[in-house]
Amino acid sequence: MAHSPAISLQQGRGVYRALVRRKQLILLALAVVMVLSVIADLGLGPARYSMREVVLALLGSAEVSEQISVVIWDIRMPVALMAIVVGAALSAAGAQMQTILNNPLASPFTLGISAAASFGASVALVFGISFLPWAIDYVVSINALLMAMGASLFIHFMSQKRGVTVETIVLLGITLVFTFNALLALVQYLASEQALSAVVFWTMGSLTRATWPKLAITTIVLAVSLPLFMRRAWALTALRLGEDKAASFGVNVRWLRLETMMIISVLAAVPVAFVGTIGFIGLVGPHIARMLVGEDQRYFLPASVLSGAAILSLTSVISKTIVPGTIFPIGIITALVGVPFLFSLIMTTRRRAW
Amino acid sequence: MVAMLQLENVGVRYGKVEVLSGISTPVLQGGEVTAVIGPNAAGKSSLFRRIAGLLDGPGRIHLTEASFDPSSGTICYMPQDTSVNTVLTVYESILLARKQGSLSRHVSDLDLETVDGVVAALRIEAIAFKGLSELSGGQRQLVSLAQTLVRDPKILLLDEPTSALDLHRQVEVLALVKSLARERAMCVIVAVHDLNQVMRVADRVMVIDEGTMVRCGSVEEVITPDLLRSIYRVDGRIERCSRFCPQVIIDGPLNRPLAAE
Repeated sequence: MAHSPAISLQQGRGVYRALVRRKQLILLALAVVMVLSVIADLGLGPARYSMREVVLALLGSAEVSEQISVVIWDIRMPVALMAIVVGAALSAAGAQMQTILNNPLASPFTLGISAAASFGASVALVFGISFLPWAIDYVVSINALLMAMGASLFIHFMSQKRGVTVETIVLLGITLVFTFNALLALVQYLASEQALSAVVFWTMGSLTRATWPKLAITTIVLAVSLPLFMRRAWALTALRLGEDKAASFGVNVRWLRLETMMIISVLAAVPVAFVGTIGFIGLVGPHIARMLVGEDQRYFLPASVLSGAAILSLTSVISKTIVPGTIFPIGIITALVGVPFLFSLIMTTRRRAW
Repeated sequence: MVAMLQLENVGVRYGKVEVLSGISTPVLQGGEVTAVIGPNAAGKSSLFRRIAGLLDGPGRIHLTEASFDPSSGTICYMPQDTSVNTVLTVYESILLARKQGSLSRHVSDLDLETVDGVVAALRIEAIAFKGLSELSGGQRQLVSLAQTLVRDPKILLLDEPTSALDLHRQVEVLALVKSLARERAMCVIVAVHDLNQVMRVADRVMVIDEGTMVRCGSVEEVITPDLLRSIYRVDGRIERCSRFCPQVIIDGPLNRPLAAE
């Protein structure tokens, strides 16, 4: 670098304000992509509707037939919104996992939290065993939730031990993935044919399981978690400067980590409990956000949420268009799209971003 | 009122291992620069972390005009250089340091003005919008110092702030720290290995060796040929090369065993 011209006092401020405006525009663009994707998602299915029809139906116009209105509002809307909410929750959980574990590979999927949830669900599907006996309607979801939370807290407490490095956490996650996959295989081996197909379908992850109550619960979890994260935006960003630095700024690092991990465990577990294993959103969403707006949590978190939501919604669109008339389980698509992305991420990880 | 700091029998324990004990100082006044010197692993960083409230231990730390809560910003600690791998610009990181403890996510013009002021004082305008992970070791140190100064501390703890800087920057940074100490009546404690720099900047010198304070006093009292021999095991002399700055000159053999004296 030759001599770069010194930035005058006024310019430093100006450059910063301009960068902030750019980040806000990026957030807006992500939101637009998300909304367009939802509209496309609503139009697709066994019967295809044009964008105009979808928008009119959404506005409650009398121009569209009653039938279109019912299909869009009652059948497709919960699924389309579930894609948004689940994508947002998984991506936010992944973003904060990467932040507090200081690890670019952290996500609910890679650290075994999804695998734990699958195991919990399979126990319910195969043996009808519920970890909380009084909630029969939600047995599968609650078992998945409890296992996922247990796995998150296990990762958290292990990461607190002295001498635990970034690499050890990834290794720990891998051991969890293997353990729960083995347990899942065991359950599948013991399962009846009918239960087995239920388990296999569940672990694939599919948004078609969405219902209004499940959508409402996931939305509430998301709506409570995000403000809690945002309140700690400065402290969470400071954590990225190193633990010592953050502590020297007065951040109670231990407490912040624990608190954040508790929120993450619910945020990551609820979507998995309702729609099954959907991998890679929690990994890919935050990485895209980081490349677009950097790691100032005030923009990083919203960007993660929006990109996660947009990606899952777009994936939902793809899952309906590969073979017209069929809806592929979305978990299959996210993994197929996510693997090449993860691969390129690992190969270029030395350059920037991490 | 001027900030004052006094340590009384301060120590640090990691589990059962006592890494620092019985550190007592006279009253360290705002406006003064106290240098902490001593061999590697003597316990200097532990002392800083203890004063900053990041470590617990026996003893008492008396402060006036400053509260002990690090989030209040009255007491600021700059840790030793650590490389970070994060997608934040230098400017964002300094602003971040200023906003810690603030509940508002809004950035005011005053916040940015303060950041600009620190950036200018440390002459890091050219790297202000570079990513933190792109910086050299010396640049990281300057940025880290900026993050500390932007919090406008009353008690400033600097753990080897110049270890990665070139000679010009070392002199410049320490001179800036000294003038800021005077200007803002800040009480500065700084760990520096280079005794010549210590003699330029310090009003007082503390020597830490094997977890205890072995000397504390003015530069002339503490930095002597005897100190070079007993603490660093080198033979040398202190010469007054100019009117202001004595210099350490090492001209004897190294590694002379202490027992031979």
